Formats: sequence, C-alpha cells, structure tokens
Amino acid sequence: MDNQPIDDFLAESEELLEKLNQDLAVLGDEEQTGQTNPDLLNGIFRDAHSIKGLAGMFGFEDIADLAHHLENLLDHLRLGKVMLDADLIDCLFDVLEGLAGLVRGKNENPDSSQDISAYLTRIDKLLNASAEESTHPFAKLNIDSSLLDVLTEYEEHRLQENLKQGKCLYLVNVAFSLTSFDTELAALTEKIKDRGEVISTLPGIDNDNPERLAFRILCGTTLDVEQLGEQLAFEDLKISVVADFAEPTVKKAAEIEASTQNLEQVVEGSPMTPAQPAVIPTAPAGEIVPEPAVTSVATVKKEETARSFTSTVRVDIGKLDNLMNIVGELALAKASIAQLCSEMQSQGVAAARDLEKAVHVLERRLNDLQTGVMDVRMVPVRQLFDKMNRIVRRMALELGKKVKLEIRGGDTELDKLIVEDLADPLMHIIRNALDHGIETVDQRLALGKPEAGTVSLVAAQKGNHVVIEIHDDGHGIDPQQLRRKAVAMGLLSAEDNLSQHELFGLLFHSGFSTRDEVSEFSGRGVGMDVVKSNIAALSGMIGVDSELGKGTVMSLTLPITLAIIKALVVQVKGTDYAVPLNSVMETVLLEPGMVETIEGREVMELRQQTLSLLRIDKLFGFTSERPAASQFVVVVGFADKRVGIVVDELHGQQDVVIKSLGKALSFVKGIAGAADLGNQKTILVLDVSGLIGVTLQRESLGV
Amino acid sequence: MRALITSTLESLDDFELIEATSGFDALRKLPRDKVDLILTDINMPDINGLELVSFVRNNPLYEKTPLIIISTEGSERDREKGLALGANAYLVKPFKPEVLQRLVAELLA
Repeated sequence: MDNQPIDDFLAESEELLEKLNQDLAVLGDEEQTGQTNPDLLNGIFRDAHSIKGLAGMFGFEDIADLAHHLENLLDHLRLGKVMLDADLIDCLFDVLEGLAGLVRGKNENPDSSQDISAYLTRIDKLLNASAEESTHPFAKLNIDSSLLDVLTEYEEHRLQENLKQGKCLYLVNVAFSLTSFDTELAALTEKIKDRGEVISTLPGIDNDNPERLAFRILCGTTLDVEQLGEQLAFEDLKISVVADFAEPTVKKAAEIEASTQNLEQVVEGSPMTPAQPAVIPTAPAGEIVPEPAVTSVATVKKEETARSFTSTVRVDIGKLDNLMNIVGELALAKASIAQLCSEMQSQGVAAARDLEKAVHVLERRLNDLQTGVMDVRMVPVRQLFDKMNRIVRRMALELGKKVKLEIRGGDTELDKLIVEDLADPLMHIIRNALDHGIETVDQRLALGKPEAGTVSLVAAQKGNHVVIEIHDDGHGIDPQQLRRKAVAMGLLSAEDNLSQHELFGLLFHSGFSTRDEVSEFSGRGVGMDVVKSNIAALSGMIGVDSELGKGTVMSLTLPITLAIIKALVVQVKGTDYAVPLNSVMETVLLEPGMVETIEGREVMELRQQTLSLLRIDKLFGFTSERPAASQFVVVVGFADKRVGIVVDELHGQQDVVIKSLGKALSFVKGIAGAADLGNQKTILVLDVSGLIGVTLQRESLGV
Repeated sequence: MRALITSTLESLDDFELIEATSGFDALRKLPRDKVDLILTDINMPDINGLELVSFVRNNPLYEKTPLIIISTEGSERDREKGLALGANAYLVKPFKPEVLQRLVAELLA
C-alpha cells in the first residue's frame, strides 16, 4: 500500500499537536497567574477542531472522536461554562498525550486503535461539573440591542467576563473608505487590543457617505473614556460609553478584588502544593520530560516519548533552490581548482599530485551532496495526479459524460518545480481528452464500449527522464481529418505524403485547431501549441499516438530535475555550447562522404538508419567562415526522436548550472539557458528537445 | 471547508460563485457584483457571521438577498440569533452536499 496520504496526515497532525502542547503550557502558566488570554484559548480551541477535521478526512474515527470531546471541553472552557483550574489543565495535557499516542499508533499501523474510553469519561466528568455562571443582565447596560443581537455566544461570554473584571465597556464608532478599511481597521484594532479587549466589530453603512463603511467596535478596558480617546489618537473617532466603572470607588473595589484573587492563586500554585498542574514544558532536546504529576488516565498508554514520530520537515522551496545554487557554485569552484591543478602538473609542481587526489575526494563528496540536495526536491507525481480528480469529476458532470480517472505510478518522483509547472498543461490535456476524446454515454453504449470512459494517468521513470502518459479510451484522432484541415489551412499541400505520426504532430502547430467540431468547452482552454511550449519550457517533450475508435495517448517526457546537469561542451564555428549529456546518445567522427542530401536536407546513415543533421550555426544565422579540419556529429535523442548536431570540436563533459535567459529572451528557440563554466566563461546551453522539434517539424512540413 | 462548499456549488448549473476569505473580504466584494444569495459561516476570523447578517439586512442594497448561515452543532443560540436577524436558513456542520444544493436551489427559485 502506498504511504503518502498517511505521511501527510502524520506530518500535519504532529505539527498541530506540537503547537497545542506549547499553547497548553502557556495556558498552564496563565492559570497560575489567573490572567488568561482569550485569544490563546480560542486558538487552542481552533487547533483541536482542526485535528478533528483532519482525522475525519483520513477516516481515523477514534482520533476524531477524542478530538471532538477535547474540542467540546475547550468550547465550554472558552464560554466560561467550566472553570480553568489545575485539574483541567492536567486533563487537557493527558488528552493531548492520548491523541499523540493514537497518531503514533497510526504511524506503525493505520488500522490500529486504542481504548479511549477513560479519556472520554474524564472529559465528561469535567463537563458535568460545569459551573453555572452568574450572568450580568445586559439590559442595564447602555447598549444598543442591535449590538447585542449580533454577539455570538462566545462574544457574550467575553462581555460578561469584562464586566466581572470591572472593565469599562466602550463603543468605538469609526468609518473607513471601502478600499482600505481592512488595514486601517486592523491598525485600530491592534491599538485597542494593546489596551484591553475587542469583543465585537459590527459593520454598517455610513449614512453620510455611501462610499464608506462604518464600524462599531465593542471593547473592554480599564482606561477611562478620555484616556482611551487620547491613546488611540485616531481621526474621526467617536467613543460612547456602554458601561463605566471608572468612578473611583467601584474601580478601586474591582482592583482590590482582582489583586487578592491573584494572591490566592499564586499561593495555590506554589511548587510545594500537590495541586500543581502538570505542565509539560517544551523540553529542549535531550532533557527528560517529566510524567504528569497528578493522576493520569489509566489507558493503554505506550511508553511516553518526546521524540517526533515522523521525520518530516516542511521546507520552503526557495531555500532548496538557494541550496542548489550553492551546490552549483561549489561545482564550479571545484572545476577551477581542477583546472589549476592540471596547470600545476604541466609545470611540474611537486604538490600537484597530492592536490589532484584531494580534488578527487572533493569531487566525490560534492557529487554526494548534489545527489542529496536533488533528492530532497523530489516529490511524487501523485500530488499532482490527485488534483486532477476534481477536474475530471467536474468536467464530466458539465459535459454529461461518465468518466473515471485511473492513476498508475503515482510514486514516481519529479522535481517539485517541474511538478508545479506541469499542472496547467496536464489539466489542459485532460480537458481535451474529456471534451474531444471520451464519447457520451449513448455513443459509448452504441459502440459496445463500457458506459464510463476511462482516463489514465501513468507515470514511469526511464533513465534520466520521467514519462507521463495520459490515456483515454475515447474515439481517437482521425489522421485524415487532420490532414484535410491542414490542407485547408494551407499548412500542407494536397500531394504531401505524411506518415500518421507526422500528421498527429500537426496538432501542436500553432493556429491549428479543430475547434469547429467541438463543444464550447474547448474554447476556454489554450491551444495544444501552448501546451507544447509549456512542456518545452521544462526541457520536456510531448508526443501523441492515437488509434481511431480505441483512444489517444499523450506522452510527456520530462527531465527529472532542472537544476544541475552534466553537459557535453562542444564548439561550433568558434563558439562554445553545452549539450545536456542526458540527451546525448553518442558522438561520431564525421568523415567526408558520409553526409547525403535528400530534398535539400542533410542526412547521414547511422547503422542502417537515416539520421537528420542539424547545423546550429545555420539555424542561428551565423555565416560560416572556414570549414573545420575535422567535424563530429553529436547524436542527441529525446523520447524516440533522434537528430545529429554537427559540431567542430568536442571539449569534454562538465557539470553546469543552467540559468534562465530571462523573460526578455524567452522567444529564442533552441537555447535552454546560459551556464557559467567556472573559468569566467559563459556559454549557451542547447535546448535539445526544442532543436529536435525544429528539425523534425521542418522536415514534416517540407520547409 | 470553503473548498468543499465551492466544489459542491460549482457542480450546479447557471451561477457564478464569488468566494470571500473572511468577513472583511465579503464586505469588500459585496458592492462589486450583484449578489443573488449569500452563504456565510458564523465563525470567521475578523467579524462574525451574525454581524455580516446584520450588515446585509440593514443595507437597502442587499436587504432582500437570501442568506444562509452555517454553524457548528453546538451553537443553537447563535443560529437562533442569525435567523432572528433575518437569515433565511441555516446549515449545521457537517452537512451533506445535496442538502446545500437543495437549499440553494429553493432560495433562488
């Protein structure tokens, strides 16, 4: 079975549990001082809710059940229906440990479960003991009923709490323009929060100016109305008093009460008393986490551990890019050292041999480092494939067709960046398959096909490349129809004799569309030529094969990673180029008489096969000056296509870091980017798939 | 949750969905397009759903717009308040996609 989803679950739930653990520790401290922050409690409540949702999504009912009870308890707590005390904190920590234990169990065996009934009973006991809080009759307050009506139960409770603590309640009236209200309001809210608590924010329309939004902010603070107005220092701000306990006597009484309360709690929570809450500190690595001191729930608790139970780290892809760049720079630095070393050797420096050995060691370690960093960037294509499920379902519904999506080879790994950039082209191909390929239910039944069409996504690694195939079992593409279309568009003349394969290639020709016989759906998308150029931008290649009545296969051949490549450095007419080594099949010494010309195109015969030759100097429009003494043919291949590039010199292989030419030069065909060779020389890297495309397209169109 | 609702509603015909990521976002987006129905959660990070209901019902531009509130199972009081403020219907999480679809269809009919 494949482990990806459970890994996702583990990573995410562990993150949440860790955060809960930290927040509970803070809550425990606050319980001791008697000053709880409502935002913290609310955050804890939301995280428990998230765990419940997460577990529900993955079908872990035991975790969801326990998290649900936890959430319930926290909800009562934030509404003041149960009292926050050491016992409760203790219970929260134990439940958290119980949840962690359950999650750990899923890591070992997703079907495992543990008895959680003891936790549930304990939570229920706390809930049943919930205190009936004395409520303040809001009616006595100078508060608009329209404001009370919009308070949620939680906000009402906060209002009660503020009253109990003897805070003054104010209504801050303010209006902002529609375009910038959120940032301005956030700034004001922050200011109020520094001085008290924001209980509720009610939006309304500004009667004087319809372009503005008016807000009434209900807040509680110990400041009196003048102090608040001064300290907020906001223009056009009106503050009305809802409840004012700032009269000297009342205020004093409230203060005294608050301070004695504090005192009591400090004593109660002193280290000597047995009722001390079992706060598990966020222990630094290596330190032993103490068992909760107070009676813990007797469950099938496995031996406790502070160790993480997944070893997943989430990293921003930018950091990896940076790391990769450094590895690339290191490779270049190594190349310069190696060059210096060989110079020293030729000058007969004695230490050169030792240096050479050191360079070899460096090279090996550098390779390990490179492979390691590369490996980190790899993600399974399943992430991408799974996203396509929704698109298929939605489109099938819209088109009134029945389609199921099959996924094979989802574990095949690709560079994260490639996977991201693959999403749009893949989506477009799938749309095409559903729209043009798969027939309606009636048509399929009439043809004796199963009612539901099938689209399969198949990924497999082949050497240095990953091939992704998109199969559909629809009616396929009629090559003769493509041909008629191309002739009608003037792309082909009537007598051109193209193979079926070449005819399919027309699909990717820009401006070529079969739109007249398709539904309106395709009108939303882009042409296949754009898909092709998207794939080409990833140094990939797209191919199509189809059988009329049986279905179509689109295949994408992609490099596993884009960052560092081994390249063959060649020279053509005095200019150096790098050819990515993963597409070089072989090099052949070009001898006089090997080149033949067929229909104005240069070809050569290589093991009984005709190989088209490409002269990049001509393609790039360089005027040839002198014929080189000897010439070589670098045979490059991508997917099943082969082309020979004629070069003057071979300079050997080297690791290069491809840097993009930037958007301004993105129109340049046949160049994948530029690379630094480490000796202050910058050379262009050939885009092999692009060059093959250009060569073969010229052939098929007879240009 | 929002993604789930979005996909549920997108599968229905004939209407366009405007998503708002928060109460403030909704306030910003409301004046831009003519909205035929509003669906809001009670729990939102900035303003709460009840406040949004109150805003909508007190604004002559939207006072007749059908409004559905979504709440968690524990909060009957919030739900009642929402209906009292003028929400047309409520949904309790978790709900079945079909229930949402039916409710939307009824209110738009």
